[in-house]
Amino acid sequence: MSNTGASEKQSIDVKHILQKYGIVFVLILMIIGLSIAEPAFLSQSNIFNVLTQSSIFGIMALGLTFVIISKGIDLSVGSVLAFAGVVAASLGQAATATGKYFPQLGEMPVIVPILAALAIGALCGGVSGFLIAKTRIPAFIATLGMMTVARGLALIYTSGKPVSTLIPSLTLLGGKVFNVIPIPVIIYFIMIVISSVLLNKTRFGKNIYAIGGNITAAEVSGVNVSKNLIGIYAYSGLLAGLAAVVFAGRVGSVHPGAATGYELTAIAATTIGGTSHSGGIGTIWGAFVGAMVLAVMRNGLTLLGVDAYWQQVTEGVIIVVAVIIDMRKNAKKN
Amino acid sequence: MSEENYILQMKNIVKTFPGVKALRGVDLNVRPGEIHALLGENGAGKSTLVKCLAGIHNPTSGEIFFDGEIRENYNTSQALKMGIAMIHQELSPVLHRPIMENIWLGREPLNRFGLVDHQKMYEMSKAVLKEIDLKVDPRTLMADLTVAKMQMIEIAKAVSYDSKLIVMDEPTSALTDKEVNQLFTIMRKLKSQGKAIIYISHKLDEIFKVTDRVTVYRDGQYIGSEDTDKITVEKMINMMVGRDVDEMFPKVECPIGEVKLEVKNLSHSRFFTDVSFSVRRGEILGFAGLVGSGRTEVIETIFGIHKKSGGTILVDGVEADITSPRDAIARKMALLTEDRRHSGIFPMLPVRLNMIIANVPKFLNKFGLIKEKELKDTCNEYVKRVQVKTPSLMQKVENLSGGNQQKVLVARWLMTQPEILFLDEPTRGIDVGTKAEIHKLVTKLAGEGKSIVMVSSELPEVMGMSDRIVVMHEGRVTGIVENRKDLTQEELMSYATGTAHAVQALENK
Repeated sequence: MSNTGASEKQSIDVKHILQKYGIVFVLILMIIGLSIAEPAFLSQSNIFNVLTQSSIFGIMALGLTFVIISKGIDLSVGSVLAFAGVVAASLGQAATATGKYFPQLGEMPVIVPILAALAIGALCGGVSGFLIAKTRIPAFIATLGMMTVARGLALIYTSGKPVSTLIPSLTLLGGKVFNVIPIPVIIYFIMIVISSVLLNKTRFGKNIYAIGGNITAAEVSGVNVSKNLIGIYAYSGLLAGLAAVVFAGRVGSVHPGAATGYELTAIAATTIGGTSHSGGIGTIWGAFVGAMVLAVMRNGLTLLGVDAYWQQVTEGVIIVVAVIIDMRKNAKKN
Repeated sequence: MSEENYILQMKNIVKTFPGVKALRGVDLNVRPGEIHALLGENGAGKSTLVKCLAGIHNPTSGEIFFDGEIRENYNTSQALKMGIAMIHQELSPVLHRPIMENIWLGREPLNRFGLVDHQKMYEMSKAVLKEIDLKVDPRTLMADLTVAKMQMIEIAKAVSYDSKLIVMDEPTSALTDKEVNQLFTIMRKLKSQGKAIIYISHKLDEIFKVTDRVTVYRDGQYIGSEDTDKITVEKMINMMVGRDVDEMFPKVECPIGEVKLEVKNLSHSRFFTDVSFSVRRGEILGFAGLVGSGRTEVIETIFGIHKKSGGTILVDGVEADITSPRDAIARKMALLTEDRRHSGIFPMLPVRLNMIIANVPKFLNKFGLIKEKELKDTCNEYVKRVQVKTPSLMQKVENLSGGNQQKVLVARWLMTQPEILFLDEPTRGIDVGTKAEIHKLVTKLAGEGKSIVMVSSELPEVMGMSDRIVVMHEGRVTGIVENRKDLTQEELMSYATGTAHAVQALENK
């Protein structure tokens, strides 16, 4: 603590590395353990399977990383997915669909439902962000409200019925490139890169850390807190909208009750990945690792033939243990 | 030595944290009925030492004798039971509960049904408060008390544990002079009851006023102990810093230019009325007054943190409409806030981000992405310029000492290349060496033609640094005085307490 100057290098300290990357080791151990117990786990198709299964909540976890670093929470992403999803699906129905939503418009190009989903997502998130920024109500309350409203809108829009028979170009998004690489995984990875750049390389990213780190100091330092808060929640909503597109592509239809509880899985992934709910701390890389831990665990337990109910119990335990490890990491200095 | 009657002996205490050796074998001997000051610059190890004593840390090695017995491996609640109480630098009361519940928290008196006996708690609290002559109803909510009163309640709590040794870590940093005197009265009373007090403070005048003995530490090492009445200020500073700090206030005359900032009849609905003053280029304008007189609020309002209710602000003779700190920054203003933790630093974020946050646009390329190398180079340059002691730019700011945190904040604002700097208590809670460095820097900035407005509760600092001094009392400017050679603290205090009024005379000059 006492040498002057500011060299960037850090001393190599095994304990430090273990603490810092603890959750990565947990993931690696899980992968090794599973591949010994069930060699099929490491097959190419299963690995892509795991990635595909994680892509929807994984994409939402990226947005939640932004939100949680800023010391907020977004409970609405599951419902926003459903609302954006049913609207997108209704705009992306094939001509053969029974009870087609917009018969007079015929089959629209795939970009229409995609943009609609993104716009609805960003708008819902933006509204939450606006409420948080302007009225300073807790994010928990604002997004709890949005969660209920978006679910209600999805039900109203569909009268409670699923929207199905989608155009092939939309369901293609749930398919594979060269019959090997799943498109949801490609979209997920692209969003990881974009989110990571946004968070680490832009002014927006620096402001997010500052707002989560000390909102008063951020304000005094000239950070436009309101604008950034709206941006943070709009981005979270935008990613929920994108997740809705992936959902529609994979499932081939969207039910207004879709993605119930996904927000909690996404929050869990973010948290397992080391993003701190006390704000200012977190990485996109962590959100990816956290999503992988959940997906590998679900996939592995299924491969091992563990009862689905017991899977839930295990998942709950893992989330709590991961956070305990993480808190120890952050609290070690005192 | 050991024959002497000590209540506490700490011998050869070593404490290491990962990567840091905070204490390198230090001693401390305290007698009963003694007020014992611990002195040293930030990072000297005082706080770590008392934390070892209070059971917050366990020493890596060394021995602690307390009340005639060797004490090992105890925690804070065991320390309290042994008779060691600590009043923390940052208080953490349960704000929305009454005083009495705070005092007896975790050991509430119970009636025979196992329920809390509020009547008994009330009586017991009254008795404890009476013991330290504190006149306050034990049923008052903590939230309704001043910081000073809260501190007194902490002391009452220590008394209620029947503590033999009370540790006070910078208890006066947020108190007014009157409150400080109250605190001293209580301390002397406790002393007369045979209790020992360990007192940590950066204010040397307080140490002379109230303590019996001084122990000095530097860089985690024991430097020496002396009776307070046998030591001089120079000697003390020399022991702390390890060198002579020749100039505490290195004011140099520099050319004063045009009026840069002019404030006319500025008012705020709650905090102040009709405040007018001006600052020129190259001028240091001091702001004196008691805590609560509205000084901080005036500069925070100019900076756009609070909404003004009237008046005008002119920058370079042009009216400036400032409604947020962003507007102020755009007009080349900078504000070093009073409360570093609350509105200054981002504790868990690295030094780097703490420095650049007011300045990110300068490091963006045409795609809006951050230019890493330029950012790093600039940060390193400022680390050198303001002499921040940090192992790396990635170090979390909360791991730096208070003085270094302050330097990081100074760097943040210098990076914006401000022309008007508002410094609110720029040296509060900062050790002597760093203080002198900050004074030097401020003088240098004035020399470069920047306008500086400095709020300080330390009169010697205001008088040593400023060209002119604005004095406030209860939300009004009561004096604007030229910093003459024969200006006395008494004269300033007469304005600060509202007994004199000299604005008109000097403003029209």
